[in-house]
Amino acid sequence: MAVDWLTVWLTLKLATTTTLVLLLLGTPLAWWLANSRAWWTELIGTLVALPLVLPPTVLGFYLLLMLGPDGPIGELTLALGIGTLPFTFAGLVVGSVIYSLPFVVQPIRNAFEAMGERPIEVAATLRASPLRRFFTVALPLARPGFLTGAVLGFAHTVGEFGVILMIGGNIPGQTRVISVAIYDHVESLEWSQAHWLSGGMLLFSFLVVYTMYLTERRLRRDRA
Amino acid sequence: MSDIEISLAHTLGDFSLEVVFNTPASGVTALFGHSGSGKTSVLRAVAGLLRTDHGRVCVNGELWQDNGHFVPTHRRPLGYVFQEASLFPHLSVRRNLEYGWRQIPAAERKIAFDSAVELLGIGPLLQRATHRLSGGERQRVAIARALLTSPRLLLMDEPLSALDHAARQAILPYLESLHDEFGIPSLYVSHDPREVARLADQVVLLDQGKVVAYGEASSMMTRLDLSLARYADATSILEGSISAHDPTYHLTWIGMLGGRVAVPRQELPVGKRARVEIQARDVSLSLRAHSDTSIINILPGRVVDTQEISPSQLLVRLELEDGQTLLSRITRRSAMAIGLHEGCRLYAQVKSVALID
Repeated sequence: MAVDWLTVWLTLKLATTTTLVLLLLGTPLAWWLANSRAWWTELIGTLVALPLVLPPTVLGFYLLLMLGPDGPIGELTLALGIGTLPFTFAGLVVGSVIYSLPFVVQPIRNAFEAMGERPIEVAATLRASPLRRFFTVALPLARPGFLTGAVLGFAHTVGEFGVILMIGGNIPGQTRVISVAIYDHVESLEWSQAHWLSGGMLLFSFLVVYTMYLTERRLRRDRA
Repeated sequence: MSDIEISLAHTLGDFSLEVVFNTPASGVTALFGHSGSGKTSVLRAVAGLLRTDHGRVCVNGELWQDNGHFVPTHRRPLGYVFQEASLFPHLSVRRNLEYGWRQIPAAERKIAFDSAVELLGIGPLLQRATHRLSGGERQRVAIARALLTSPRLLLMDEPLSALDHAARQAILPYLESLHDEFGIPSLYVSHDPREVARLADQVVLLDQGKVVAYGEASSMMTRLDLSLARYADATSILEGSISAHDPTYHLTWIGMLGGRVAVPRQELPVGKRARVEIQARDVSLSLRAHSDTSIINILPGRVVDTQEISPSQLLVRLELEDGQTLLSRITRRSAMAIGLHEGCRLYAQVKSVALID
């Protein structure tokens, strides 16, 4: 078989799970970053952005130490009876969430900031509670940011390699994703399989980014 | 108890706000002053959008803010109209109007949806997207949206300043009818003396974060010692009644004790009460009642006092025969030429008169 569908399926599953987790965690984080006046706001902002510049191997190395049986998180997961996370799908999700965090948080934060305080103030004068203001005004107005964040988070996770190699290894059906499989095929001179997967990735990435640009353009035109 | 009591102290950088005033919880109280005088800060503090260092806000016996006590904005029964309409761009006009309206339990709604829509003339706009509205239409929707929360206090922050002259003139009558119709007290921020003259019952004059003067609008507008009248576009408002129509020259005469003024023909019944607006710069003064002039509006009066507003110009306050006040802006040179002095009787020639209602 030319295409290893199990690998493709696992990759999509990882990217989808990661994106959903990121939207859930990243939204309140982005809201806080956009609105906090605490002096240490940008310290947190920097931590969130760090995966943009850090080599994935560095991130993977520390994750391995933290999640491993002697690391603080590893000890916790062992105590909870979950076992250790490295070389499991859950471990990949944890790594991917951290690795793709800035790609989701930044666009959402930008959208919240671009919206300004006025719509929220208006909603408050119209008797909306803080929660209602967030869900009925902030979220819909920041929609373009969510779209960009979700697409970038998803695509970036699909393209992940270094972190996965460090903490996931190459277990078929569990941690073997497309990028790792391509590397593997090339190492073993299986050019045809490498071609199929690489070509597919190229096409996929192009379509994702293109669709995103088109959608953003339409959203902007609707608003104007 | 039917008072609005406001006492605020706040420091923001090198600007300090120290504002204390009480005003009746009825009619329109204008907060008037230059930009940077703290008008908007007062309004935001009353709304709870600005949390002042110290403050007490009590509306109609209901305490909104006091030491340690702070009712958050969404629990204050107020309506706020911002300088720019600030409609929610992701909602249609109807959904914008419903946003606050639905938050109010049906039993507590004092203003029906349809009556607010009708009052502001926005019925035809309901299904539209907000970006398809003109500036004036947006602001009317914003006012209706604020009204639909059945507020006990309406706060308006220069709602007309972002509009052009035509749109402004189109909205003013709506604002005026607002108070007759629903009787909601309001605080109205403005730096336009003519707007204040038309809308306000009381005026709080602010300068550099402090209250400089407080009083009835009619007397405040023409008190020469206040910066209100020192503006280039100082204005007086006169009250009279429709006395006659002149079909030949297409005029409507508005009479008052001692004189009458003409405005372009209006379809109004004779005897109806009418208010006109006269800009001080359109009023010239003469010792005799000329009949050889192009000016048809001539009102006799007596000089009460004068104030220099620039090295070349003088603002003169006249008392008309019925006790109303008219401001005139003339050059110091003309004043000298006619020998103007306090107490002297003369004739005000009014070049242009605008009917308010």
